[in-house]
Amino acid sequence: MSAVPMTSATPVKTSTPSLWAVTRSTLSRDFRLEWRSKDAINSMLFFALLVVVIFSFSFDPTAEESRSIAGGLIWVSFLFAAVVALNQTWARELRNQVLDGYRVSPAPANAMFLAKSIGNFVFVMVLECLMTPLFIVFYNLRSIGPVWQLLLVAVLATWALVVNGTFFAAISIRTRSREIMLPLILFPISIPAIIAMVDATTVILTGSDTPRFWMELLAVYDLVFTTVCLSLFDTVLNAE
Amino acid sequence: MKKAVIFYAIVSLVLLSYALHAALVGAPTEQTMGDVQRIFYYHVPSAWTSMILFFINFCASIWFLIKRDVISDAIAVATAEVGVVFCTVVLITGPLWARPVWGIWWTWDARLTSTLVLWLIYVSYLILRKYATGGQTQVLAAVLAVFGFLDVPLVYMAIRWFRTQHPQPVIGGGEGSGIDPRMMHALLANWLAFMVFAGLITFLRYRLEIVTREVDAEHAKRALHDEAAFGGAQ
Repeated sequence: MSAVPMTSATPVKTSTPSLWAVTRSTLSRDFRLEWRSKDAINSMLFFALLVVVIFSFSFDPTAEESRSIAGGLIWVSFLFAAVVALNQTWARELRNQVLDGYRVSPAPANAMFLAKSIGNFVFVMVLECLMTPLFIVFYNLRSIGPVWQLLLVAVLATWALVVNGTFFAAISIRTRSREIMLPLILFPISIPAIIAMVDATTVILTGSDTPRFWMELLAVYDLVFTTVCLSLFDTVLNAE
Repeated sequence: MKKAVIFYAIVSLVLLSYALHAALVGAPTEQTMGDVQRIFYYHVPSAWTSMILFFINFCASIWFLIKRDVISDAIAVATAEVGVVFCTVVLITGPLWARPVWGIWWTWDARLTSTLVLWLIYVSYLILRKYATGGQTQVLAAVLAVFGFLDVPLVYMAIRWFRTQHPQPVIGGGEGSGIDPRMMHALLANWLAFMVFAGLITFLRYRLEIVTREVDAEHAKRALHDEAAFGGAQ
C-alpha cells in the first residue's frame, strides 16, 4: 500500500565512500565513545601509575642516575600501558559484529585501521602528557639536552608502538587467549623501536650526544611498518 | 618416495660423519684458542643454515599471501620450526665458545643480540601458529612472517650502534681476513652436511604437515557424513 513506486525512487548512489570520510567518521565515533566512557585512558593511566610506583620501589636512584635510567623506565611503562589500551581496540567491534559489517561494506578496510591507529595514538599521547609531570616529580628529572627534541621523539616513538600494536591487536583477537597473545607477538617486532626510543630519550636527558641517529631509525621504522600495515590490513580483516 | 628419503637420509648421515671427522681431526688446531675453536664448525654452519631457512620461510609466506596454496604454507611451517632449532643451536654453542675465549657467557653485541631477537621473532611466529584458530592461522602467520623478516635489518641497525665484541667477518672481511684452507674445508664440509640434514628434516616436517591436514580433512568429511546419515535416520 505504502510502497514507493519504483519509477519515482531517487537513483541510489553507488560510489564507494572515500578513505578520508570513513576514517573521520570512525575516528569521531571512537573519540565520542572514549569521551563518554574514558575506558582506555583510565585503565592506561592507572596501569602506568602502578608501574611507575613499583619501579621507584625497585630502584632508588639519585638525580644523576635517574637521568640515565629514566629513558628506559618511561618507555617501558608507556609500552605496558599502551598494551592495555591496544588490547581493547577491536574487542568492541568484534562483539558488535562491526568487523563483519566492514567486510561486506564497500568502505576501504584501511580507513578502519587508520582510524583505530590514530585514535590509539591520541590516547597514548594524552597518557604521556599526563604521566610526564609524575616522572619529573618522582624521579627528580631535569633534562640537560633540549626538551623540544623529546616531544619529537615522543611523537615518532608513540606512532611506532601504536601502528604495529593496532595491527597485531587485529591479529591477536583471532586467537585463543587473546590478551596474552598481543605482547607475545608485538614485543619481539618492536625491539628496534624500543632500543631507539629509549636511547634517544636517554641521550637527550643526559645531554651526552645528539639523538639524530635514533630519530632517523624511528622514522624509518614508522615508515616501513606503516606501509606494511596498510598493505596487509585488508588481508588480515578478510582472513578466513 | 620412501626409498628416495632413505637414500637421502643415508647421504646426509655420511656427510655428517665426514664433516665431523674434518672438524675434529682434519682441521688444524687454532693457535690462540686451541681446541675450543672447533665449535666454530658447528656454530657458523648452524647460523647460516637457520638464516637460509628463515629466508625460505619469508618467501613461502609471501607466496602463500599471493596464491593461498597448502604447499607454501606447509613449507613455511617446516622451515620456521627447523630454523628455530638451528638458531637455538647457534645460541647455545655461542656462549659455550665465548666463555673460554672472551671470559664471558654473553654480551649484548650486535650479532649475538640480533640472533637472539631473530629467535624471539620466530618463536612468537610459532606461538601464533599454535594459538590461532581455524583457517585464519595460515594467513595471520604469513603476515607475521613478513613483519618479522622486515624487522631484521632494523634490529641489526639498532644494535650495531652499540659496541661490537663479536669478531669482524673472518671470511671475506677485507684485509687480514681469511683462514687456513683446511679450516675452510672443514667449515664448508660442515655447512654442506648441515644443509643436507636440514633439508631432510624440513622435508619430513613438511610431509608430516601435509599428512596431518589430509587426516584432518578426512575426519571433517567423515563427521559431516555421519551427521548426514544420523540426520537422515531421524
